[in-house]
Amino acid sequence: MARITYRELSRPKGFFVGLMTLHAVVIAAGLAAFYYMEHNGHIVTGMTNQVVWGTPHVFAVFLVVAASGALNVASISSVFARLTYKPFARVSGLLAVSLLIGGLAVLVLDLGRPERLTVAMTTYNFKSIFAWNIYLYTGFIVIVAAYLWTMMARTAGRYNKVAAYTAFAWRLILTTGTGSIFGFLVAREAYDTALLAPLFIAGSFAYGLAFTVLVLITMCRSLGEALMSEEAVQKFRNLLTIFVLAVVYFTAVMHLTKLYGTKNHGVEAFLLVDGGIYPVLFWGVQIVLGSLIPLLILNFTAFGRTRNGLSLASILVLIGGLAQMYVIIIGGQAWPLQLFPGMEVSSSFGDGAIAAYTPSLPEVLLGFAGVSIAMLITGLALMVLRFLPGEAVEAAQAGG
Amino acid sequence: MSNCSSSCTCGTPEPDERPVDAARRSFLKTAATAGAVALAPGVTLYVVGGPAEARAPDQPVDPKKRWGMLVDVSKCTEDCSACVTACRTENGLGALDDPKIDAQWIRKVEVNDPATGYSRSLPVMCQHCAEPPCVDVCPTGASFKRDDGIVLVDKHICIGCRYCMMACPYKARSFVHEPLSDQKPYAPRGKGTVESCTLCVHKVDAGELPACVTACATEGNGALVFGDLNDPESDISRRLKAYPTRQIRADLDVDPGVHYQGL
Amino acid sequence: MSGGGWYRVKRGLPALVVALATVAVLVAAGATGARAGGVPLPEPAKGAGSACVADTAFMRRYHMQMLVHQRRDTVHEGIRTKQFSLKGCIDCHQVKGEDGAPVKVSDGRHFCRSCHDYAAVSIDCFECHASVPEEADQSAAAPDAENEAVAALGAYVHERKTGEGAVK
Repeated sequence: MARITYRELSRPKGFFVGLMTLHAVVIAAGLAAFYYMEHNGHIVTGMTNQVVWGTPHVFAVFLVVAASGALNVASISSVFARLTYKPFARVSGLLAVSLLIGGLAVLVLDLGRPERLTVAMTTYNFKSIFAWNIYLYTGFIVIVAAYLWTMMARTAGRYNKVAAYTAFAWRLILTTGTGSIFGFLVAREAYDTALLAPLFIAGSFAYGLAFTVLVLITMCRSLGEALMSEEAVQKFRNLLTIFVLAVVYFTAVMHLTKLYGTKNHGVEAFLLVDGGIYPVLFWGVQIVLGSLIPLLILNFTAFGRTRNGLSLASILVLIGGLAQMYVIIIGGQAWPLQLFPGMEVSSSFGDGAIAAYTPSLPEVLLGFAGVSIAMLITGLALMVLRFLPGEAVEAAQAGG
Repeated sequence: MSNCSSSCTCGTPEPDERPVDAARRSFLKTAATAGAVALAPGVTLYVVGGPAEARAPDQPVDPKKRWGMLVDVSKCTEDCSACVTACRTENGLGALDDPKIDAQWIRKVEVNDPATGYSRSLPVMCQHCAEPPCVDVCPTGASFKRDDGIVLVDKHICIGCRYCMMACPYKARSFVHEPLSDQKPYAPRGKGTVESCTLCVHKVDAGELPACVTACATEGNGALVFGDLNDPESDISRRLKAYPTRQIRADLDVDPGVHYQGL
Repeated sequence: MSGGGWYRVKRGLPALVVALATVAVLVAAGATGARAGGVPLPEPAKGAGSACVADTAFMRRYHMQMLVHQRRDTVHEGIRTKQFSLKGCIDCHQVKGEDGAPVKVSDGRHFCRSCHDYAAVSIDCFECHASVPEEADQSAAAPDAENEAVAALGAYVHERKTGEGAVK
């Protein structure tokens, strides 16, 4: 079996430096937006007492979900022993950590009292799925860091299997926890379903892989070398197809389950037919642009077999994922709580009324800053440690 | 005023003979002790079903009590919002005059049955559940239920994550979206934290009634009864035993402490 | 395979250390300079009455612990003793402004601020809590409103008793 070698990005080109600068600028804008929102209060955002979680949560949950999925490639190589994926295992682990940090940063910077983070770290209510998630997230970072160490340090290699299995189990539990943040909300009609957990897991596979593929292809361009073998490109293409189909499947099952019960017809009609922006985002962006078109590109066009085709499909999957999160998180809140089922209600507090929500610029900047934080961390890490596959990729293939 | 007290059977001292604020205290205290005002034989006006006596300030809350409220919907009218106004005044709410953002600890909800045209107006506030979802989901334990059943937010450890607002079935909670000043000394509240009806906990601890209950009795239609749900002799318990009542979203089994009669 | 990335970082480290040390020295110099120039010691307002709830040295060091202890007792247990409460501090240590009313925390003469400004310790108590006593806050409007409430209560009971007869 051939040895796989790894390298750091020792002499970054202008393209890479430009990309990192762009991310730094976005992060600076996001931090300025955070300061503005923190100083003035959430009154300067689009969030209200009706829509309490806004655009920052869309990005934060999206990134956290993508983080666990980014570990896929590493898990497939270690847990399922597929050697084709091994050259990319380190990048995969690195992305898992950096995406999670990016998502958590957005979540924390949107708190009403972000300066009380120490309270969240020291005072726990263990009946809260949110509190569990604090452990799941920090635990994930520690476990994946250890996993990376077993991959990268020769002396730690014997712990590799243990770390790989632990990380794999942990990432499944983590995404279950993230889905359950919404799934456990019994009073909200759009949520209140255990299906949100597997839906989020399927979503994590798709978004995580899309991020991994895009980072690898960007690094190919930056290095001016083909980091991925042709075989790897085709494997990623197939994986992305399966993962996108899984998301579509769980989405369909969730809506069909809800549609079967008459009591949920109102909320389903709102999200799928007459809810304004939400049906547009659901059908137009999540289903057509983010699922059907990537599936078509990947499986029925020659373009889909190329790196550029894979890149485009990955970008579309990520856009579709953001739309999915927007519909779930914002759409689910815009639909009013039913205090008196079957009755028409009205009040000065938005009872019985569809809540309006328009994202404000600071919210959007903070959200994109989360993506940039993840990408900047990844870029810097690639420069200082040997995450990227080296020249011996072809040899590794021969062995696999 | 003299007509009232002279014929009350509760033994309220003659208010006209006292300075007015003393009369107020005396009236409320006596009425609270007596619990109800008999108006005519067989007709009792439960203006107050309040705390029997003030707890000593150095004593912790009594876990044997469970404070609750009864809303007599048949008495509540659409044009009256005395409870809402009183709550805002008492707790210093509503600075911005923007209903999407302003805190509303209690609100009037108009309920209309589209099939029959039957309609009612009633106040909805924190329902002070026995099994509060907001307490379950709060990551830091800032959202908590006091031993006497009052559900509160400890704003010292609230990080403003707003998960409780997502979980509350009654939309009872508000988030403070802007910096505040000139808060009431007994009702601290500030930017970035979540809040909701406290049942006027500062008044209850002093043996007084929540502001909405007092306002409903004085300016409104006497539709609110406040008292100890665990005391079978309290007015609220006797009324809950005597009349059919319901809780909002009783299907969720969170056992709200606020009951509605005539809904 | 070169370790170029690491070398770059390592080369940068000494520069960073020098920069940090420079900042530290400048800050220290600034602090001593100010003391020599004589920033006046704060003179927090004396409280009402003869003595505080504990002696001054103890209060200076432990007032935060006392407040934190009390806040838990009050919020969670409903214990509302005055002695160690923030309201107690505010009531006792109020500083009157030109208009005779106690000054709010936005005024540098406020009891809490006089020391905390000097120590450069920012406190967030007054983002939620009132910084002036209750009476000052209420004296203007409240009594009248309450008197009206009593009158209304009387009128209401009277009306229910005599008028329209039909209660229920």
